[in-house]
Amino acid sequence: MKSMLGRLGMVGAGLISLVVVLVVWEVLCRVLQVREIMLPLPTQIFAELASEPAWYLQHSLYTLWTTVAGFLLAVVLGVLIAVALVSSKLFERFLYPLIIGFNSVPKVALAPLFVVWLGTGAEPKIAIALLIAVFAIIVDSVHGLRSVPNDVIDLGKVLKGSAWDFFFKVKLPCALPSMVAGMKVAMSLALVGAIVGEFVSSQRGLGYVIMSAQGTFDTVRVFAALFILGAMGLLLYGLLAWLEERAMPWRQTHQD
Amino acid sequence: MSKLAVSADSITKRYAGERGVLALSNVNAQIPVGRFVSILGPSGCGKSTFLRCVAGLETITEGQLKVNDHEVQGPPDGIGMVFQRDALLEWRNIRRNILLPIEFAGKTVSAYEQKVDALLKLAGLSDFGRSYPRELSGGMRQRAAICRALVDDPGLLLMDEPFGALDAFTRDQMNVELQRIWMETKNTVLFVTHGISEAVYLGDVVMVFSPRPGRLLETITIDLPRPRPLSVRETPEFGRYTEHIRSLFDDMGSATGEKS
Repeated sequence: MKSMLGRLGMVGAGLISLVVVLVVWEVLCRVLQVREIMLPLPTQIFAELASEPAWYLQHSLYTLWTTVAGFLLAVVLGVLIAVALVSSKLFERFLYPLIIGFNSVPKVALAPLFVVWLGTGAEPKIAIALLIAVFAIIVDSVHGLRSVPNDVIDLGKVLKGSAWDFFFKVKLPCALPSMVAGMKVAMSLALVGAIVGEFVSSQRGLGYVIMSAQGTFDTVRVFAALFILGAMGLLLYGLLAWLEERAMPWRQTHQD
Repeated sequence: MSKLAVSADSITKRYAGERGVLALSNVNAQIPVGRFVSILGPSGCGKSTFLRCVAGLETITEGQLKVNDHEVQGPPDGIGMVFQRDALLEWRNIRRNILLPIEFAGKTVSAYEQKVDALLKLAGLSDFGRSYPRELSGGMRQRAAICRALVDDPGLLLMDEPFGALDAFTRDQMNVELQRIWMETKNTVLFVTHGISEAVYLGDVVMVFSPRPGRLLETITIDLPRPRPLSVRETPEFGRYTEHIRSLFDDMGSATGEKS
């Protein structure tokens, strides 16, 4: 209950800061007579959003779906790879250098390739979101799975439980906080991936809205899409934070 | 001769690797069932290694080591272990932590609920079954860890410096509690410590180890009536035991023998 109030307080404080920024922005633009094409007024941006809510909603949902799909696939794939890496020396020796090498290629540069391979539908966007997000999950999951204290590993040996029991009752819960931290990073990276995918080729989504509006110097529309993206990122992050608290109630107590 | 819980016959443990540190050298020990054995020595004397060999967590290089008449190959059946840091699982409440060995053994958890109640009561934790480890003090956590080690009725309880991380007052209190719990459960206990006074206070027998390489220096029978109050530590009999042990450490020429 206390943390609930605490969170509401945090959201409230954040909202106040946001309103202050928007007001200052509005006033400065009006006083300095900034041209709309350079930086539109917040009120103009909100008016734009209000003028075509259905159209914006449709593009937002498309981006949301590719982001979430890419993210969920990244979680499944990332956790599986991490488990393979920590449970087998062979995997670690041969797979880990490959993964690190692959991670140093800028994934954004691969986007055009995915269009060639997967066409212009949702698939290449999901693939890019997955690819950008998955490394954060792998790295943090590996870290988490390796963080089981030695005493606890010895305890598991002495109790002689099955490998299955030890993994699900000890190792995985031990790794969970670290995994969730990785997921938070991965979630925002998946959104980046989805937008990059839409930049490269798309007729739908907020990335497409931004690209097409930029082509006609419709800066108001670009900002409208950016506002939605900001809100979407916050929402997804908040959802993960909420799930984190639900999944790990034992961590609540030490916060207060 | 009574039945042996642990029988070590010239066991030696040398760690692998180029330098091949000799952790245990030619240790002989016969520990009858139901005995409380303190294993005492300065750090690096192999006392923990000895315990870990008995637990099947380390393999011996030479000699023969038996627990309940079976040669140790991996962790034996019927042992409970308590670690220096309690090794409680933060995401399970105390009750579910104590039940972990039951789950791992594939037994029916519900059949042990009463047993857990009894253990919680024995350890003075009756009100904390639903609490998470984080909410408990260090001493309470370690008592919960002892409950966990006892839940599946181990014949042999192995304790690796269990009170090493506690402050002196909590430690005294835990010594009294452990004696009381042991007098009710009557398991065989191997209790590793570097505190001379703790070893003498708790043990029927004190095995004194010397460092580099780890050797068993002497096995001393402590002939003090139980239950022993904390004040037993002020008696001349108690003093004679600690003095003797201290002189052993002095003879070793090591300044590592702790005065605690």
